[in-house]
Amino acid sequence: MTRERAATPGQTVGPFFGYALPYPGGELLVPKHHPNAVRLHGFVLDGDFEPVPDALLEIWQADADGRPVQRPGSLSRDGYTFTGWGRTGTDSVGHYSFTTLEPARADEAPPFIALTVFARGLMHRLFTRIYLPDSPSLSTDPFLQSVDADRRSTLIAARDDVASLRFDVHLQGTQETVFLSFSSAVVNLQQ
Amino acid sequence: MTTTQETISAEIAALHEKAAAEREGALEPDPEPTRLDFAPYRSSLLRHPTKALQQADPESMERLAPVFGQQDVGPLESDLTIQHRGEPIGERTVVTGRVLDGAGRPVAGQLVEIWQANAAGRYIHQRDQHPAPLDPNFTGTGRCLTATDGTYRFTTIKPGPYPWLNHLNAWRPAHIHFSVFGTDFTQRLVTQMYFPGDPLFPFDPIYQAIPDPTARDRLIAGYDHNVTRPEVSTGYRWDIVLGGARATWLESEDAQ
Repeated sequence: MTRERAATPGQTVGPFFGYALPYPGGELLVPKHHPNAVRLHGFVLDGDFEPVPDALLEIWQADADGRPVQRPGSLSRDGYTFTGWGRTGTDSVGHYSFTTLEPARADEAPPFIALTVFARGLMHRLFTRIYLPDSPSLSTDPFLQSVDADRRSTLIAARDDVASLRFDVHLQGTQETVFLSFSSAVVNLQQ
Repeated sequence: MTTTQETISAEIAALHEKAAAEREGALEPDPEPTRLDFAPYRSSLLRHPTKALQQADPESMERLAPVFGQQDVGPLESDLTIQHRGEPIGERTVVTGRVLDGAGRPVAGQLVEIWQANAAGRYIHQRDQHPAPLDPNFTGTGRCLTATDGTYRFTTIKPGPYPWLNHLNAWRPAHIHFSVFGTDFTQRLVTQMYFPGDPLFPFDPIYQAIPDPTARDRLIAGYDHNVTRPEVSTGYRWDIVLGGARATWLESEDAQ
C-alpha cells in the first residue's frame, strides 16, 4: 500500500457558482408526475435566521427499495432512470426544493437522504443526513442516539403532507443543524 | 468605516499564530485544515457552525458516490476556449492533473467541474458587478470525466484577479473553482486552484482560511513546461487528493 497522501483542502464555493453548477432538471430525481414523487424542500438560514440565497445543496440516496444506486445520467436525465443524486441552488428567499422518492431501508436502520451543503461564506462543504419521520427505528438507531437529545430533531424531516417533506438547514444558531464529520470514522472493510 | 487591509491582515496573523500553537501540540495533522470559523472572511461570520461536527461512521450508501457517464458529459466540454464563435481574449492555458485517493490510487471516470472569471477578472454571473469587460467568447465553465489513471485536463484562459467587498481594497488572487467527486460520498470536494507566485496570497482571507502553510500550498498548481504546447498554450499541473472517510479505511486495511 502506498503511503497516505495529505488531502487537498476545501475552499468556499463562492458567490458565482450559479451559472456553473446548477443545471436544468438537477432537482428532479424523478419527474413531478411520478406516482410516488415526494417533494423535499426547506430553507437554508444563517445564524440570524436570515435566508441564505446563495447556497447549493446536493442529495444522495438509496432508491424506493432501499438499494444504493450506481447508474449514470444525473446531468442529463432521461425521465425514467433513478440515479439517486440531485443538485439545486436556493432561490432569492433561501428556499430549495427537490422532487424525489422516499428511500426505504432493507435492514433495521432508519432510512435517510444524505445532504451536502455549500454556500458563499461557508468555507468548506457540510454533510448532514435527512432522516424520514415516522420510521420506527429512529428511537433506537445508534447514530441518532449518539446525538444530543435536544439537537436530534434537526436531523429529521417534518411531513407537510403525504407527498411533501420539510427540512430546514440552519448553518448556525440556536437551531443549528447537526453536521457530520466522517474523518475519523473507522470502517472494517473485511466485514 | 470600511475595514482596512491592515485590520484584516492583523486578524489573519493572529488566527494563524493560534493555529500554529495548536499544531505544535497535535499528534497528527488536521484532516480538515480549512477553517469554517474564519472571521477575516466576513461572509463566514453567520454562516459557520458553532457546534462541533458530529462524528459519524459512513453507512453503506455513504460509501458510494453518484456515477457519471458519457451521457452526462460531452468530450468538448473540457475546452473552455471553443464554446463560442471566436477566440477568447487572454493567456490560453492547459490545466491538468490527477484525482487520487488518500493512498495515491486514481479516481477514474468521475466528474470534475470548473468555473472561473475571464482574463479581465470578470465572471459572467449576473451578480458580478466588477466593471471589467465581459468576453463574448468566454463563459468560464467546463467539465470532464477523469481517465482510468485519474487524469483530468482542461483547456482554458488564465483568469484575472478581481476585487470584492470583504474590506477596502480586497482582491482575490487568480483562481479556478473545482468541484470533484470521489468514489464515496464522504470524499466530495469543492475547492479553488491558484497559480504560483501570486502576489495577492498574503492579503486574501479565503486562501488564508487554511492556517497550515503546507496545506495551503496544496492549492497552488505548478507551472509545467511539458504541458505547455508550442505556439498554442501555457501549461499547469495540479493533482487533487481526496480525503473523507476513505483515508482512514485504508489505515485499517493496512493493519490487516
